[in-house]
Amino acid sequence: MIVVNDIHKSFGKVKAVRGVSFDAPDGKITGLLGPNGAGKSTTLRVLYTVLKPDQGSAQIDNIDVVTDGLSARQQIGALPHGAGLYPNLTARENIRYYANLCDIDKSEVDDRVDAIIRRLEIDDFADRRTKGFSQGQRTKVALARSLVHNPKNILLDEPTNGLDVMATRSLRDLILKLKEEGHCVLFSSHIMQEVAALCDDICIIANGKVAIDDSADGILEKTGCDDLEDAFVAAIHMVEPD
Amino acid sequence: MRVWLTVFIKEVVDNCRDRRTLATALLFGPLFGPMMFVFVINLSIERALSDADTVLEVPVIGEHLAPNLVRYLSSHNIDVIEGPENREAALAAVKEGSVDVVVLIPDTFAEELAGNIPARIELIADQANREAERDMRRVRIALASYSQELSTLRLIARGISPTSIRAINIDEVDVSTPSGRSAILLGMMSYFFIFALLMGGMYLAIDTTAGERERGSLEPILALPVTRSTLMLGKIGATCLFMAASLLLSLWSFYFSLQFLPLEQLGMTPNYGPDVVMMAFFLLLPFILLGASAMTLVASFTKSYKEAQTWLSVLLVAPTLPILVVSILMMRPKLEFMFIPSLSQHLILVDLIKNEPISGLHVLISVVSTLIIGIVLTWICARLYRREALLG
Repeated sequence: MIVVNDIHKSFGKVKAVRGVSFDAPDGKITGLLGPNGAGKSTTLRVLYTVLKPDQGSAQIDNIDVVTDGLSARQQIGALPHGAGLYPNLTARENIRYYANLCDIDKSEVDDRVDAIIRRLEIDDFADRRTKGFSQGQRTKVALARSLVHNPKNILLDEPTNGLDVMATRSLRDLILKLKEEGHCVLFSSHIMQEVAALCDDICIIANGKVAIDDSADGILEKTGCDDLEDAFVAAIHMVEPD
Repeated sequence: MRVWLTVFIKEVVDNCRDRRTLATALLFGPLFGPMMFVFVINLSIERALSDADTVLEVPVIGEHLAPNLVRYLSSHNIDVIEGPENREAALAAVKEGSVDVVVLIPDTFAEELAGNIPARIELIADQANREAERDMRRVRIALASYSQELSTLRLIARGISPTSIRAINIDEVDVSTPSGRSAILLGMMSYFFIFALLMGGMYLAIDTTAGERERGSLEPILALPVTRSTLMLGKIGATCLFMAASLLLSLWSFYFSLQFLPLEQLGMTPNYGPDVVMMAFFLLLPFILLGASAMTLVASFTKSYKEAQTWLSVLLVAPTLPILVVSILMMRPKLEFMFIPSLSQHLILVDLIKNEPISGLHVLISVVSTLIIGIVLTWICARLYRREALLG
């Protein structure tokens, strides 16, 4: 479970996030929706403790990300934007490296790595070096890597970027399966349809603030639109730029 | 500890698979350096040694005016050959480079010689040309000793002992040992070692910091439940390993290269056996931590791989500066110098090669002070890795 409480973050004069709050409960998929530069990535970066908020707080399973970053990270599997793999290592080695870093018991590492490779269906290219992998293959390996320690909370930053239809569909199935298993899934996107198809809750962010936080139907109702895309645009205009 | 080891092993494996990086680290620095050194030194030694043995051919204008002189020259391995006809032709030939040295005996030579007036001989050469300069020196020495011989004969003819015009006889007593003399040539070796050492870890230091950021693999790893300082220490550890490997390689390749140098013929016997190789390794070992942490520190400030490369190339030169200053000023090892990394290692190494007694205190100060600086830099690296700006 993720609770975000009025976080602010500036980079010099640029106010990237100006007070974002929302909840992402277990067993549900929460979507962070917003145009480019709205503050989605910054919010996620605060959650996976790479950035410290200037103000506000956030808890992951009741652990504060600012005061106890290490424990908070234990509960998270994060897939940052365009996650880089090590090109000289095979897919399996990339995943095993993360498993070892997460201090998974030595006797379990190989089983865990095998399991996640099977689960994400990357057996075919698991033992090839990742140099030259397609975008879809790379995303799958990166995702496997961040899920290998079986985290309760999963943060995905625009995971479908650059994926083709087939890859997007298999990623969507995986996210739904993770939800069924009771994980808390938080993912960001700038594509309304994608979020609507997947998410139980949608949090629309624009100009560093939350415009609407509701279900897809709730958003349609609040904006008075009958088309999701129109609703998205209407919601964005609800937030004044800084 | 296990996490540290995981990072360490991964960086080592990753770097080993990158052939280009590996080649730069373990080939260029440690192997090409000594080879080049030996090649260049060998060339100049061979030249110096073969000089006196080979016959020097010099055109002489007015050969018939001084038959005794010509005979004297040929007894000193200088053969007179056909050459330019006159002075103008000689000047042109030397200028153009078809002849290096021309001896010109003027028509007045015999007359002046008979009249006890210093007889003029012209030596035409282009002194900007190093090759010609050497030949000219040989000819000049031969001519000077011919002149000396004639003077002696003149004095004897007048009943004066030739020794009477020699008021003082200077005897030089050289206390240098063959090992000591070798330091003139091998004193710069320590720089090669330090250079190879730093080269060995340079690309890894870049790859683990600026490279990781540029590849986009830094952010996901920072999102893992691992402390950043553990990551940093693992990376520095891997850099240290490569630096050590590179250093060991260069020490040994120098050892093998020296076998091909005819140093004994120059009266030099460097004290550089396998035992000294290993002593030098342990002496330079503390410098590895310093080098690895300094390079990692500088690389983590940079924004990209390219920028890191630029700055680290500057850093490669930094350790030479104190060595250079001390070499130019010809300073002897002093206690204060032992606090300066790279300089202290250089001075102790030179003493080792000279086979002079090494002060245990000097070694202790060198090791401890270098280690302390290395540890401080490592600590700063670990602190720095906690910054947000790390993501760039």
